[in-house]
Amino acid sequence: MTETQASAEPAAAAGRSTLLEARDLHVEFAARGRRARAVDGVNLAIGAGEIVALVGESGCGKTTLARTLLGLERPTSGSVRYGGTELSYRGRALKSYRREVQLVLQDPMGSLNPRQTVYEAVAEGPRIHGLPDEKEVVASALARAGLRPPERFFLRYPHELSGGQRQRVVIAGALALDPKVLVADEPVASLDASVRGEILALLLRLRDELGLSALVVTHDLGLAWNIADRVAVMYLGRIVESGPVEQVLTAPRHPYTQALLSVLPESPERVVLTGEPPDPTRIPGGCRFHARCQVLASGRAAEAGVDGRCRSESPAVLPAVPAAQAACHFAQVAGTDA
Amino acid sequence: MTSVAWTRRRLAFGRFWENFRRERAGLTGLAILLAAVLAALVAPLFIDESVTSVVSGTGAKFAPPSLDEPFGTDESGRSILLMVWWGSRTSLLIGFLAALVSIVIGTVVGIAAGHLRGWAGAVLMRITDWFLVLPSLITAMVLAAILGGSTFTIIMAIGVTTWPATARLIRAQTLSVEARPYIERSRALGGGHWHITTRHVLPNVAPLLLASTTLEVASAIVTESTLAFLGVSSNKTSWGTMLRASYDYGAATSGAWWYILVPGLCILAVVMAFTLCGRALEAVLNPQLRRAGA
Amino acid sequence: MTYLELDDVSVTYRIASGEVPAVRGVSLTLDAGAALGVAGESGSGKSTLAMALLRLLPRSAGVGGRILLDGEDVLTMKWGRLRAVRWAEASIVFQGAQHGLNPVRRIGDQIAEPLLVHGLARPEQARGRVAELLEQVGLPTWRARSYPHELSGGQRQRVMIAMALACSPRLIIADEPTTALDVMVQAQVLTLIKQLVADNGISLIMISHDLSVLADVCDQLAVMYAGRLVEHGPARDVFHDARHPYSQALAAAFPTVGDPASRLAPRGLGGDPPDPMRLPTGCSFHPRCPVALEECPTLDVELWPAGPGRRAACVHVREQAPAGTKGETS
Repeated sequence: MTETQASAEPAAAAGRSTLLEARDLHVEFAARGRRARAVDGVNLAIGAGEIVALVGESGCGKTTLARTLLGLERPTSGSVRYGGTELSYRGRALKSYRREVQLVLQDPMGSLNPRQTVYEAVAEGPRIHGLPDEKEVVASALARAGLRPPERFFLRYPHELSGGQRQRVVIAGALALDPKVLVADEPVASLDASVRGEILALLLRLRDELGLSALVVTHDLGLAWNIADRVAVMYLGRIVESGPVEQVLTAPRHPYTQALLSVLPESPERVVLTGEPPDPTRIPGGCRFHARCQVLASGRAAEAGVDGRCRSESPAVLPAVPAAQAACHFAQVAGTDA
Repeated sequence: MTSVAWTRRRLAFGRFWENFRRERAGLTGLAILLAAVLAALVAPLFIDESVTSVVSGTGAKFAPPSLDEPFGTDESGRSILLMVWWGSRTSLLIGFLAALVSIVIGTVVGIAAGHLRGWAGAVLMRITDWFLVLPSLITAMVLAAILGGSTFTIIMAIGVTTWPATARLIRAQTLSVEARPYIERSRALGGGHWHITTRHVLPNVAPLLLASTTLEVASAIVTESTLAFLGVSSNKTSWGTMLRASYDYGAATSGAWWYILVPGLCILAVVMAFTLCGRALEAVLNPQLRRAGA
Repeated sequence: MTYLELDDVSVTYRIASGEVPAVRGVSLTLDAGAALGVAGESGSGKSTLAMALLRLLPRSAGVGGRILLDGEDVLTMKWGRLRAVRWAEASIVFQGAQHGLNPVRRIGDQIAEPLLVHGLARPEQARGRVAELLEQVGLPTWRARSYPHELSGGQRQRVMIAMALACSPRLIIADEPTTALDVMVQAQVLTLIKQLVADNGISLIMISHDLSVLADVCDQLAVMYAGRLVEHGPARDVFHDARHPYSQALAAAFPTVGDPASRLAPRGLGGDPPDPMRLPTGCSFHPRCPVALEECPTLDVELWPAGPGRRAACVHVREQAPAGTKGETS
């Protein structure tokens, strides 16, 4: 490896204490006889009460990163840290970690066992962890997720609910354990447009009322703009740009982020990337984006004198700091006027 | 809370019954089954084991069906009717218990093989495959011969040789259930192996299991009869041993058709009833078919 | 020139427990070479309407009204004529490109199939046509020999579009053609559709729940709610300045990045889509409407004029409209 191992600095500088953190995380799989580097060196910190959006295309490793943060996948190297201590994969420690960090999946219909009532689905977590006063816990979780009065929903089955209600039940099931962090993987992608805003508003309200942190995994930049404080853009297993939403989404510095923003329906000038879609079993040498990079292709990188480095030298792994930063040779040379 | 949950469960059963009632063949099967099981259960109130004793045979040898002996008599002058009645107890008992043994082993192995990834699941599957290719009838005969003839050994011999098919079926279903997002959610909630298999996998394979059990009982009854006919039996009167005796005493050559036909038809009727029930259960409980109708 | 005209089209599904109205009295026109976007959430009847255009609905569906395709009523057409229309006149691009392709046949054979079946080309001509089509949708010609699993999601969607183009149709109906595709791939596919429609003078009906996508591709936009048309007009106007509160909610659901109004303020609509078996009285939207008036539960709404070339089915629009211009304009 030619990359410099950036030290993972806690995000405490921003005034928020770091709650959940990935430190130099690598996750590899065997895929069709090859090694797929799904997550290839990621530093990411989520502060208390902070909503972070992890944005990227399918196959960029964002879902694997989320699953690893939840302890559902074990890192090949690097570590997941929660509250300053490294996550242990031993039975009891992992189980108590599961009370703190909860998952919300994309497809609310599939996330609920069709044979269980709403009550049973929400009570599942409290039962696993042996919490007292199950009924009150379930009722208050449903109420906090916006299903009121909760008693009316206790005995309904998932197929009797609308898509939005189902996603609220899934969120209530997570809330029943009083978690500190929600990891939501495309929480509104399979919901109707009109319901979408309601669920996102719910996540924002939970942050305001309960101080809940969230990592929202999505391919939708509009969603990040809607609810996130910070955004991290992922490409082929690595975070290529991160920082406050206002900065990253209005003045993107990495060419990939610029391209993603340019193809949104409202944007004036399109940069439609060509080339093969990213394949984690074949990560190119040099900057992993260079083969599709429009800045390199247009010759602007050569003007700035970084084209050689783009092809041969991988940009340093971004540290977990809250300030805006981009893993791009060109952006570093060109400064903010890129 | 619980009472309301029970109400819902009763309603669900009511819906199930509504659907099952529409399956005419299944309903016929169920009626035959209930009659057979009831008859077997109440038999001791009317007759006892003495009807199968050669010394208590009072009628003529190979007497054809008549008003006194509706199904005729056998080589010792015993009533075929009473023997078939008493023999149903052994046949049904072996059928049910052997199916139970087979289903329990098959379910445990199947769920474990589907749930456990890596080498543990692979080893379980190889063991299943190994049992699957053993010629089950011969294995059962060898087992019964080694362990000695008793109802228990027959049950074990049938159960131990028929579970691999169930295990394969249950494993396939387990794999499909485990791919659902709610399993991932449950794992993220902190659920362990036991929680996931008992709360999510088992309830979702249960309908399949019920249908499969029904079919399994039928096949166990046939296997028991086959084993008895081949000379491996529990030394108790069953439909299989009666067929064997009819063969031994040359019922066919002496024209005593009733001796062969009556136990044969009993086996046929009960096996068919179980099969009809099983198919109907499958049709009613199969989530795909039901979803299409909903 | 009007190419497609829908006149009071309604679709009702007959099920065991009664009749379910899926589309209720929709009237629309589409000019030759124009693109119409139909928006709405699941259950709004938008896909049913599209399927009704080519009579692709199941037997349990009863279709009323008139659907004039180039002056000919699709609903009264004979079977033979309908089949001809289905392959030569119009074709459909479905969502879910994974399921639309046969996994065990080569891409080229699948694209060529309609040409060969209808005797439009001999096998060697078909090969040339396939190469031409693949080039048109931006795929290398050697891809004709690939199997569907060897392609990415976006490439498969391109193949679906090539298949739709095979018989040179005059109308393409695209049902959520970019759902489940990544933003970059979605942009590629949308650009492709726009360009094909413009180059070949094909009319397009595109169905989606994402107003921003429709506004980008289409000239006209129709918004459906509970089986009814609630707003219709030039796409940009409807998207940027929706008159019906439901269209406003749909437009706000996909925010513009950089717009301070939507920053940390996701906007949605309370309540759930109505059950078609128990539609609310009066304006079907009133239980979820943020600006409902007292009269809305009893008022019979219809499409009132709402500006140049626009109409909307909302009482607020009627009040703003100049008096005496009741009824529809198209």
